[in-house]
Amino acid sequence: MAGADRPLSPHLQIWKWGPAMAASIAHRATGTILALVGIPVLVWWLLAAAAGAESYGTFRTWVIDAGEAGGLAVLTTILFKLAAIVVAWSFFQHMLSGLRHLVLDMGAGYELKANRTVALLTFVGSIILTLLLVAFVAMRGLGS
Amino acid sequence: MGNGTQIGRVRGLGSAKEGAHHWIAQRLTAIGNLLLMLWFIGSLLVMPDLSYASVSQWLSSPLAAVPMILLLVSTCWHLRLGLQVFIEDYVHEASGKLPLLILLNFYAIGAAALGTFAVLKLAFTGAAA
Repeated sequence: MAGADRPLSPHLQIWKWGPAMAASIAHRATGTILALVGIPVLVWWLLAAAAGAESYGTFRTWVIDAGEAGGLAVLTTILFKLAAIVVAWSFFQHMLSGLRHLVLDMGAGYELKANRTVALLTFVGSIILTLLLVAFVAMRGLGS
Repeated sequence: MGNGTQIGRVRGLGSAKEGAHHWIAQRLTAIGNLLLMLWFIGSLLVMPDLSYASVSQWLSSPLAAVPMILLLVSTCWHLRLGLQVFIEDYVHEASGKLPLLILLNFYAIGAAALGTFAVLKLAFTGAAA
């Protein structure tokens, strides 16, 4: 039974990936994205608004819509749109896996099947919510 | 270190040396973040557009400025706690850990302070017509 090459804990490289493990590390990764990308852009947006119409216009040109500026701003607005989608998905994933953690903290949801299902649902839910948000923003024209 | 009970022998041996207050604060701010972020996303989605006039007028109202400030404090506090654990887990040398933790505190408090100042400026000086 006890084979010589059975893995010892913790060996991240040779653990078999499962939904719970993926949800756990995704929680950490998405939290880091929100902290290091989401917050700086939020603060930049607030500072730009506080500094007046001209500063806010600069923010819009580089982040939201290049408008007539063209050139490099076209590239940065595309990159910021991609970043916005990544940050939005990160938020929903972090929110759902965070809610999962609050349930687990109460000592519930450890049954193998339920645990696996809920971990998978955090990914399904975050992708659906991101698509809905992107569709809504596009429909309202908020991204331009 | 404890000299008898099992719990006494392991207490404080985690990578952070303490934890209960950190753990509670992480969850409290998580609930705050949940409520405030849902408010923020909902507010953005019902704005007529993201022009200077709309955004500055919205943020100069007390019922937008106050939740926005709370959002900044709650998220920055939460990210400070979260990234602290990240650093404690992955940076093993004390020579790297301490500077990173100092930097993290400056980052989190700095971001919250900058954002809060921006909101207060808009709220107190009023949006440009």
